[in-house]
Amino acid sequence: MADKPFLDRLPIVAQYRQSVGLQRGMLTAGLVICGVFLLVALFAPLIAPYGFSQLSDDDGSFGPRQAPSGAHPWGTTIAGYDVLSRVVWGAQTALVVIVVSVVMSLFIGVLLGLVSGYVKGWLDRILVVVCDAIYAFPSLLLAIVAAIVISGGQSSLFGGIMATALSITVVFIPQYFRVVRAETVRITSEAYVESARVVGASTWRIMIRHVLRNATRSLPLIFTLNASEAILTIAGLGFLGFGIEPSAAAEWGYDLNRAVEDVTAGRWWTAVFPGLAIVLVVLGITLVGESLNDLADPRLRTRRRAGSRKKKEVVS
Amino acid sequence: MADIALAPETPALPPTQKGRSRGGTTLWRYVLVRFLLIFPTIFILVTTVFLMMRVTGDPITAALGGQLTPAQLAERISAAGYDRPLFVQYVEYLGSVLRGDFGTTIDGQPVTGVLLRYGGATLELAFYALIVAFVVGIPLGMLAAALRDRWGDAVLRIFAILCYATPVFFAGLLLKLVFSSWLGILPSSGRASPRVELALNRIDGATGIYTIDAIRTGNPFIIGDVLQHALLPGLALGLLTAGVFLRLVRTNVIGTLQMPYIDAARSRGVSEFRLVRTHAYRPALIPIITVIGLQIAMLLGGAVLTETTFEWMGLGFQLSEFLKARDFVAVQGIVALLAVIVALTNFVVDIIAAFIDPRVRY
Repeated sequence: MADKPFLDRLPIVAQYRQSVGLQRGMLTAGLVICGVFLLVALFAPLIAPYGFSQLSDDDGSFGPRQAPSGAHPWGTTIAGYDVLSRVVWGAQTALVVIVVSVVMSLFIGVLLGLVSGYVKGWLDRILVVVCDAIYAFPSLLLAIVAAIVISGGQSSLFGGIMATALSITVVFIPQYFRVVRAETVRITSEAYVESARVVGASTWRIMIRHVLRNATRSLPLIFTLNASEAILTIAGLGFLGFGIEPSAAAEWGYDLNRAVEDVTAGRWWTAVFPGLAIVLVVLGITLVGESLNDLADPRLRTRRRAGSRKKKEVVS
Repeated sequence: MADIALAPETPALPPTQKGRSRGGTTLWRYVLVRFLLIFPTIFILVTTVFLMMRVTGDPITAALGGQLTPAQLAERISAAGYDRPLFVQYVEYLGSVLRGDFGTTIDGQPVTGVLLRYGGATLELAFYALIVAFVVGIPLGMLAAALRDRWGDAVLRIFAILCYATPVFFAGLLLKLVFSSWLGILPSSGRASPRVELALNRIDGATGIYTIDAIRTGNPFIIGDVLQHALLPGLALGLLTAGVFLRLVRTNVIGTLQMPYIDAARSRGVSEFRLVRTHAYRPALIPIITVIGLQIAMLLGGAVLTETTFEWMGLGFQLSEFLKARDFVAVQGIVALLAVIVALTNFVVDIIAAFIDPRVRY
């Protein structure tokens, strides 16, 4: 493994080279969507025609509930915001929430799971019970409670985004913990761990080199599941009216909440565009995650290169 | 853990446990341990919710702050006992939870009463959603595994991801837009038409679960009306879980398809579809049973959003109303109550999983 070129050892590049056919197609589609999402999020100020809380320009007020037109390609909302601008700015909000919540929970969860599964004993038991309790709980409800606490019941930019990110962290830690712990327990009983111990490898070396390396197989999937769940949770909070004020940041879930009335009246543009934005981003992230997961699992990897199985249709 | 796993398999089980006597003691010990684990689980959740909610301050200021003078506020706070030390409040709260008292809403209703009145509606919604999930998710998952790495598989997998990627409320809004605003063939909200609802509430011993009540009336119009109202919410919430089931069944069937016994069957000339349908299917269902427990939690979270979208008067709809009204005692009560429900369902699901799959009992 060590003599491979550096580029091939980067997580996504290596797996991309490994992929073939449909798997490569799904991975590519996912990566493209994620790339577009990142670009839109980073360059939102340049892409969006108006500000997220802008109600009027030089030609006067936008006016509420305008159907899509030249000035407002995706129409305006019930409050008179430009839908396109709010969807573009919403990408930025989503990105911040994903980064904060996933990075925090990944670190804490993996560490706890590894130590707990390897050391066992009473620490393991307590952690398992606590994490199971939190894990089994509907994450949206926990997020609601956390949002109330962290924002003090007030909706603000910091309160909204950070409350969501932090509450999602609390919800996600048990997921990483469970997976890594279960794998650790399984791997610790494997013969090669025992041989490593016999040879005299230190605990840390076994934990990092032998256990962690093999226990992280399912992490890409959880990681992406969590990134997408983060988006869905903040959207859910926003939809319940617990998100971010429209003047503080653009948030897709909040916009959908405002669109309920429009839907009943048959106005489609206020609901369809923010909703599609959520679907697309979650789709992209999940496509990447599923492909990475399949590639990491030899049982699921497409075995096309060996050319030993049946006849295949040429896909790519 | 080790002592349980290594416990000698004594044939202490009565012969009534036909076919399950292998490793019987371990199983019953597992059931017992798992049962005892319910209590710390509930304890942890109730404590977490209590502590989190009380860190914000007291529910009365949160709800009425700004509307009352500070003196009136202080009077109400001390009347409700929120000015005492947190620990005292906590012990008292635990005591009342043990007695089944989850607090009262701001207008004086006990939270358990809210559960009894609206729980049926949520149960009904979850039931329809699970039906959709099973009917859509499991067969399609098997199909995807059989078509592995072909176009059909890719289409099904993308369908599964789309199911998951679409927030229930967006799916709900789309369904409403198409089927009720544009086509006008299905009702856009509520659990039944006003007239039907009146009729259903007038029945003796109404369960609050409209499907059951409607069937008991035997009136096809009422049954049809209730089913029409349930279709869109059930579909919106069910597709979410269907996607999860599809992925899970696909992965697991593919996994079992690589077992030696499948190779043996294949070499005997069993067709690929038959392999999936009869050989690989059953073992692949075990993880589904384990996952259903988690899906219950997901369904409850989704129910809050689905009920809000469709104005489905269930527990979730009430929760979002309490949130809007800033009635945090009620929110805390409902959330704690849901914690208990989730803990109990998970216990049942785990026990079922242990009965089916011996590997689960540690």
